[in-house]
Amino acid sequence: MQESALFEYVLRLSDDSLILAQRLGEWCGHGPILEEDIALTNISLDHIGQAISLYDLAAAIEGKGRTHDQLAYLRYENEYKNVLLVEQPNGDFAMTLLRQFFFDAFRLPLYEALMQSPVEQLAAIAAKSVKETRYHLKHSSEWVIRMGDGTEESHQRAQAAIDHLWRYTNELFYEDAHDQALQAAGKVPSMAEMQAKWMATVTSVLQEATLEIPKNNWKFDGGREGRHSEHMGYILSDLQYMQRAYPNMEW
Amino acid sequence: MTQAEQERRFQEKIDREIKIEPNDWMPDEYRQTLVRQISQHAHSEIVGMLPEGNWITRAPNLRRKAVLLAKVQDEAGHGLYLYSAVETLGTSREQTIDDLHTGKAKYSSIFNYPALTWADIGTIGWLVDGAAIMNQVALCRTSYGPYARAMVKICKEESFHQRQGYESLTKLCSGTPQQKAMAQDAMNRFWWPALMMFGPSDADSTHSDQSIKWKIKRFTNDELRQSFVDATVAQAEILGLTIPDPNLKWNEARGHYDFSEINWDEFWQVVKGNGPCNKERLAARIKAKEEGTWVREAATAFAKKRAMKKSA
Amino acid sequence: MSTNEWPLWEVFIRSKQGLNHKHVGSLRAPDATLALENARDVYTRRSEGISIWVVESVHIHATDIDDAASFFEPSDTKIYRHPTFYEVPDGVKHM
Repeated sequence: MQESALFEYVLRLSDDSLILAQRLGEWCGHGPILEEDIALTNISLDHIGQAISLYDLAAAIEGKGRTHDQLAYLRYENEYKNVLLVEQPNGDFAMTLLRQFFFDAFRLPLYEALMQSPVEQLAAIAAKSVKETRYHLKHSSEWVIRMGDGTEESHQRAQAAIDHLWRYTNELFYEDAHDQALQAAGKVPSMAEMQAKWMATVTSVLQEATLEIPKNNWKFDGGREGRHSEHMGYILSDLQYMQRAYPNMEW
Repeated sequence: MTQAEQERRFQEKIDREIKIEPNDWMPDEYRQTLVRQISQHAHSEIVGMLPEGNWITRAPNLRRKAVLLAKVQDEAGHGLYLYSAVETLGTSREQTIDDLHTGKAKYSSIFNYPALTWADIGTIGWLVDGAAIMNQVALCRTSYGPYARAMVKICKEESFHQRQGYESLTKLCSGTPQQKAMAQDAMNRFWWPALMMFGPSDADSTHSDQSIKWKIKRFTNDELRQSFVDATVAQAEILGLTIPDPNLKWNEARGHYDFSEINWDEFWQVVKGNGPCNKERLAARIKAKEEGTWVREAATAFAKKRAMKKSA
Repeated sequence: MSTNEWPLWEVFIRSKQGLNHKHVGSLRAPDATLALENARDVYTRRSEGISIWVVESVHIHATDIDDAASFFEPSDTKIYRHPTFYEVPDGVKHM
């Protein structure tokens, strides 16, 4: 039971990284400034690296000999367990950076906590990834502040992004029987704790950015259970195309 | 010092392989030629991100996706190194980019060709980066200091680009017949555009003589093109790919490969803006800049606010 | 042409403990924080330079400007950037 809970847990982290990397990769060559083109593809690259490590770990836990490519490329829509937040379209730079900020503010405390996990390989991945995650959060925070406290236009765009994405943020702290089993065994941190840290970071940065937290608390979820938004189908048709069109070949 | 004396001292430096640095006296034409050549090179790196960037979301496995992301990121970085070199000549990055967008400045025509299949990505790495490396290695000894240094930096990073492309093709050519056919098809489409990357023939190259005298260029277009063919034929043979040139033949007397005449009509048409993707490439770059204006303005406004707070 | 162009900054990197900072190039950024972040992304992609300095170009006083390129040792974490990582069949020349 715990093995399957751990598999599920790690798969969620891997899918978050994979789908986020996929979205960020779309910016390549289209960024608002050359330096930001490099920054966004850098973050995408970091997430691919994390996805590879995490999928390898998930596969090892599963013990069926699946590779990281098989996990990444050959599942069906309802088998992906990423949160809805990461599959949202890039939109403008504000939408992308707010999505990134909300995600980074979750991922950093999570990795910091997982560094203490008795699951050695998970702790190792967290330790290796925490430095780049810290950088991602610094980068996205700097931009949220600049957009919020920049011009009237940037402020409006940033606020619009927050108003749209807020409904997807609660799912970051989704917990089910798998999480509870792992928490009871002391293997992973509590999501309530993660949410508190996330909220502290978000409140502080949005305040400095002169941006507001939306009052409407209607929440969306489903991603963690494989029920995605309409965007997911299109993301997967790009992602999986080569493997589906040319099955069982080496690249 | 008279103008003539300045020019004489300048040429003497060039002849003695002493690098020209940003604050040194230089003829106006030297400065203008460099601005044109370096910015063209920079624009090529940036526009070059587009055909490859296209395939990032569709890369066939995670390693290839990561490698492609790293490569395209490098290209953005190379563009930046080169814009930075242009800045030292007194032309701002913004000005050179505006020139690109208005069509006043050119970029390497190869990027006006579409990347149609995954095999194109490997082929671009092998042939297009290969051709670029040939050009860039020569430019590591160009007379203008900042340009030479940018070239050295770029060359170090570029060899990874060519190797990963070649490795990808090696996989395809030793894979299924379908994969091999995909590679051959890509080769058929990219061979001649790759040769065209070296520019017009020496006879038709208006700036060539002066550029050689000033050591802006170290080798002529035809010399580099010949070196590229000579180096690449064997590489194609190892892959088992056929070069789409029935007249390609080793010439013992010359010590080089003979090859067919380039289709100069196609060459000039694409240079003039009538290639398959010219409009799309430029439109993408213009759109990125326009949609980025509010972002740049926001950062500037923020910086001003903070500066005022500090001095208050 | 916009008069809103970000200021130009010169970038200096110390690549290893014990070495001086070396000038590696320039970039455009609106402020020092972003200049440092951009410098990291643009100039230290193959390994973390130990220390980055950025100075607005306009604040540099010069007689003869003496530039030096800086080179990095390969990094262990992002090995796909390194030419030795790619297996190219024996006998392939010029690569």
